[in-house]
Amino acid sequence: MTLTVQDFLQLDVPAMLAAFLACACCALLGNFLVLRRQSLMGDAIAHAVLPGIILGFLLTGSRAVVPILAGALGAGIVAAVLIELVRRLGRVEPGAAMGVVFSIMFALGVVLMEQAAASAVDLDADCILYGQLEDILWLAPTGWSSLLDPTVWADMPREVVTLFVVTAFCAAMVAMFYKELKITSFDPDLATTLGISAKLFHYGLMTLVAAACVAAFEAVGSILVIAMLIVPASIARLLTDRLAVQIRLSILAALAIGPGGYVLAAFGPFWIGGTDSLNAAGMMATLSGVLLVVTILIAPRYGMLARRRHARRLWVQPAEEPEGSA
Amino acid sequence: MNTATSLATVSYDWPPLHEVLAVLTLNAGYNAASVVVGTMLLGIAAGMVGTFALLRKRALMSDALSHATLPGICMAFIVAAAIGTTGRSLPVLIAGAAVSGIVGVLFAQFIVANSRLRQDVAIGVVLSVFFGLGVVLLSYIQTMQTGSQGGLHHFILGQTAALKRSDALLMGGIALLALLATTALFKEFRLICFDEDFARVQDWPVSRIDLLMMTLVVVVTVVGLQAVGLLLIVAFVIIPPTAARFWTDRLGAMTLLAAAFGGLSGYLGSSASALFPDLPTGAVIVLVSGAIFVVSMFLAPGRGVVADVLRRVRMRTRMAQEHVLRSYFELFETGHYRDWRTSRVPREALLLYRDWHRRGLGLLLRLMALRGLLTLHGDEVALTDKGREEAFRITRTHRLWEQYLTTHADLAPAQVHGPAELVEHVLTPQMIADLEERLAVVGRRPRADAMPQSAHPLPDAGEGATP
Repeated sequence: MTLTVQDFLQLDVPAMLAAFLACACCALLGNFLVLRRQSLMGDAIAHAVLPGIILGFLLTGSRAVVPILAGALGAGIVAAVLIELVRRLGRVEPGAAMGVVFSIMFALGVVLMEQAAASAVDLDADCILYGQLEDILWLAPTGWSSLLDPTVWADMPREVVTLFVVTAFCAAMVAMFYKELKITSFDPDLATTLGISAKLFHYGLMTLVAAACVAAFEAVGSILVIAMLIVPASIARLLTDRLAVQIRLSILAALAIGPGGYVLAAFGPFWIGGTDSLNAAGMMATLSGVLLVVTILIAPRYGMLARRRHARRLWVQPAEEPEGSA
Repeated sequence: MNTATSLATVSYDWPPLHEVLAVLTLNAGYNAASVVVGTMLLGIAAGMVGTFALLRKRALMSDALSHATLPGICMAFIVAAAIGTTGRSLPVLIAGAAVSGIVGVLFAQFIVANSRLRQDVAIGVVLSVFFGLGVVLLSYIQTMQTGSQGGLHHFILGQTAALKRSDALLMGGIALLALLATTALFKEFRLICFDEDFARVQDWPVSRIDLLMMTLVVVVTVVGLQAVGLLLIVAFVIIPPTAARFWTDRLGAMTLLAAAFGGLSGYLGSSASALFPDLPTGAVIVLVSGAIFVVSMFLAPGRGVVADVLRRVRMRTRMAQEHVLRSYFELFETGHYRDWRTSRVPREALLLYRDWHRRGLGLLLRLMALRGLLTLHGDEVALTDKGREEAFRITRTHRLWEQYLTTHADLAPAQVHGPAELVEHVLTPQMIADLEERLAVVGRRPRADAMPQSAHPLPDAGEGATP
C-alpha cells in the first residue's frame, strides 16, 4: 500500500487528532476518578449515558451536538444520583448499586436504540460500542501546503471540533478548581470542614465525565472511553506520587495510546503482510493494556521488578558481607 | 436525513393475544418453548449463583469477567475456522469464552497483587482492555474470507431468537447443572460468605470453595452469553439477588427469591423476544428484572424504602406521644396542677414544659385523642384512664432507668435524663422486671404501684426548659 500525503491528511490526521483529544480528555478526568477509588463510576456513567444520547437523538431527529450532549449530561447526572439513592435508601453495597443502575439504564438505551434503528436511522450498537474513528473525514486539505490556508482549518470535522471544545472546557474546569478537586479527592472530610462541598465536586466531576463520555463516544466508542478514563491515569499513578506530575504523565500516555493505537490498527496489519486495517478504538484499548502491564513490571519505584529488587536488598543485608561486587 | 424519527412514529405491530398466550404457555412450537425454558433455567441458576457473588462483594468482578469473554469467543472462532470446522459451534465458542473470562479475572487479581492499583481500577482495566482486544479480533474476523461471522454479533447484546434448539437445550442443561451444584454446596457457600475466618479455623478448604463459587459464576456467565449478551449478563447475575435482599434477612429465602426473580425475568424476557424479534433479549430481560428491583426496593416489607419510612414515622410518633404523656404526669406531680377532678391541663402549659413545635403538638394531641389516650376540651387536654395508665408506665420506666444509671453506671444525677429519654421507649416488660431486680439488690426496689422519685429536679411548669 502506498500512502499519499493527501490520504494521510484527509483520513489519518483527523482520526489521530480525534483519538488524541478523546484520550487526553478522559485521561485528565480519570486521574481524579482513580484517586477517589471511583474508577468504576466512569464505567457506570459511560454505560448510563446511552439512553440520554438516544433520547436526545430521537426527540430532535438529528445528530446535532447540543441535544445529544444535553441528553447525555442529563442521563449521566441521573445515573450518579440514582446510584447514590440506591446505595443510601436501599442500603445496597456500592458495587452492586452501580451494577444495578448502569445495567438497567444501558438496557433502556439498547431498547431505545432498537426503536431508533426501526425508524431507519444511522445510529446503532456498533457505532456506540466501537466508535467510528475511521469515518471521520477532513476533506479540505490536499497537501502539506494547503495547511497554511485558514479556510482548510475551518472545515475541520465536527467530531474533532466537539472533542476540542469539550477537552478545552474540562481542562479549564480542572485548572480553575484544581485546589478543590485535589483536596476533595485526598481528604473529603477536611474539605468539608474547610467549607468545600465534597458532594458538589463529586457531582461536578461526574458531569464532566458524562460530557467527556459523550464527546468521545462518537469518535472512539464507549468501551474505549472506559479504558481511557482508567488506564492512562493508572499508568501515571504507578510512576509518581505528585498529582500535578501524574496528570501530565497521563496526558503523555494518552498521546502515546491514541495516535499510537491508531497507527498500529491502520498500518500495522500491512507491516506484517495483512490486507485490511483493524478496529482502531479496540487497538488503542489493547495498547493501553499492554503499556499498563509494562509499567506494572518496570515502574522505577512501584513496579514489580523494583519492589522485588528492594525486597532482595533488605533480605541480603543481615547476612555476611557479600563477596565480589556488592 | 429522514426527519420523521420522533418517538411517536415508532410503533410495533402488537401480536394477537392468542399468540402471546401461546408463547407464554410454551405452546408456540418446540423451538420457542425450549428457548423460553432454557432462558428461564439460566435465570434461576444466575439468581442463585449471583446471591453468593453479591454477598462476597463480587458484583462488578462478574462484569469484568463477562466483558473479558469477548476475545476468547473471537479466538475460538478464528482457531475453529483455521482448522476447517465451522466457527459457529456454540460449545467451541463457550469454551473460548470461559478461558478468556478466567484469564481476565486472574489478570485483575495480578494487578491488585502486584501494583498499588486497587480493585476498582483492576476491574475497569480488565473490562475495557479485554473488550478492546475482542473488538480488534472481531474486526479481523470481519475481513476473513471464511464467511459468516454474523452469529458473533449476538454475543454482545444477546438474541434468544437466534438460538438454535440444540443451543437452547445446552444452555438449559448447563444452567440446571449449575443450579444443582449450588444447591448441593449451599452449606459451604453460606459458611464462607458469612464467616470466612471461622471456616478457615474449622479447616474448610476455603480457597477451593471460593474457586468453585467463581467457577459457577463463570459457567452461568458464558452459557448465558448468547441469550443475554456479554454487556448485560452481569445484570442477570446481580439484579435478582439485590432485589431479593430487600425482602428477607435469611440466606435460604434470599436464594430462593433471587432464583424466582431470575427465572421470571428470563421467562418474560425471552417470551417478549419471541414475540418481538427485533427487541434485544438481554435488554428486555434486564428491564424486567429492573422492574422487579424497583418494586422490591420500594415496596418490600422487610428492608423496602416505604416500609422503612413508615417504621421510622411510627417510632417517632410513639416517642413524641410518650413524651406528651410524661410531661402531663410531671405537671401534676410538681404540683402545678392539682385539680384531679377535671384533671385538665392547658395546652400552653405543655408547650412551656417541653420544647414542642406548636402545630406539631396540635396534630399529635388530635392523634392521641383518636387513639383514646386523651380528650380535648378547647385549649385544655385531659387524659383518659388508658392515657393515665400509659403516662404512669412511661414515667416509671424513665425513672427506673435513671436510677439504674445512677446506681449501676455511676452517672451523676444531672447526666441521666438524656439517656433515659431515649431508652424509655424501647424497654420491654421483661427488661423492666430485670431492672427492678437489679435495683432491689442495692436496696432500692420500687413498689410496683408507686412512682419512684425523679433522680433530678423537675423543671417548674412555666419555665419551659427541661433539665
